[in-house]
Amino acid sequence: MTEPQKTQSKEAADKARRGRNVALALGLVAFVILVFVVTIVRLGGNIVDRPL
Amino acid sequence: MMSKPAAIETAEAAPASWRDYLQLMKPRVMSLVVFTALTGVVAARAHLHPVLMAVAVLCIAVGAGASGALNMWFDADIDAKMRRTRARPVPAGKVAGAEAASLGVVLSLLSVMLMGMALNWLAAGLLAFTILFYAVVYTMWLKRWTVQNIVIGGLAGALPPAIGWAAATGEAPLNAWLMVLIIFLWTPPHFWALSLYTKQDYAKAGVPMLPVVKGAKNTRLQILIYSLILIPVCVAPAFTGLGGLLYLVVSVLGGLVFLTLAGRLFASRAGDEADDRTGENGDLLYAVRAGSKDARNLFAFSILYLFLLFAAMLVEAAAGLSPMHWVIKLS
Repeated sequence: MTEPQKTQSKEAADKARRGRNVALALGLVAFVILVFVVTIVRLGGNIVDRPL
Repeated sequence: MMSKPAAIETAEAAPASWRDYLQLMKPRVMSLVVFTALTGVVAARAHLHPVLMAVAVLCIAVGAGASGALNMWFDADIDAKMRRTRARPVPAGKVAGAEAASLGVVLSLLSVMLMGMALNWLAAGLLAFTILFYAVVYTMWLKRWTVQNIVIGGLAGALPPAIGWAAATGEAPLNAWLMVLIIFLWTPPHFWALSLYTKQDYAKAGVPMLPVVKGAKNTRLQILIYSLILIPVCVAPAFTGLGGLLYLVVSVLGGLVFLTLAGRLFASRAGDEADDRTGENGDLLYAVRAGSKDARNLFAFSILYLFLLFAAMLVEAAAGLSPMHWVIKLS
């Protein structure tokens, strides 16, 4: 493999890794938000109505 | 039977993008699962919060995707030999087998746990059973061992409506299992029609599909027999409170078309040895296409028929239309 080819394939690998990392981060954030929303939906009404 | 063939572990090709990981989850299969699961949730006619409804469908979709990833890990050697599947991420060398397996395990655990915590543990248990059944019983055992592979293994693809119903209500009555039975009986004629015109691929990969083991004639006969059993079962929901007038019309008219196509396929030469030849004889080639056409027609219509059945159930339940007055109470 020539030097420009190596650089090109490294760039492609870096770009693909960046894309995977962004997708993973978005997935994790979405999961956290989902768990939060589910908690609010399941518990929200009960918390508001609880005896003080 | 459970021995793992030499896996393809190379990840030397082009670097994997996030799309390759999405591909591992078989998005097209997921879309059908989402649709049937959503129908199960809605057909239960329970007062479920829309967010929880969406979470239930999401969990079932992710669970289906997880079992798809496990299947792609284990079947990489078979996939590499078949034209239809050789471009999948693992056999193409884009994703290492171990990574596909890890993705499958992690997503299985996440989907089952979230289903249990957000909805109920009956739905979570059914989801876990479905994933295990597809990944272990079908993929690792039945697929390479028996000609009945897709008949028994079809249960995994049939369960999503029952999981959806269980998620919505906490129980799974007979009407939910009637939806499961429809998909279960629909699977053999659907897949055998496909395998009639892709049987060389299955033979090359050593998968004992019906046309490879018993021959095309026997396959065409079994497709017809399964179709004759399937159609009355598809009409049954109109009499059990699951479907209304729209469902009755769709299931009867679609069923007649289904039976006509299955009859035509039975009378055709689809999958016969002569059909496999790609000689120079123009007439022979025409016969090949004519035979395959009947198998392709049934395969394509089977997808449309299942979609229309579940769409009719979904529309009627979402619109709050009453079931027919002659209902036999099942739920």
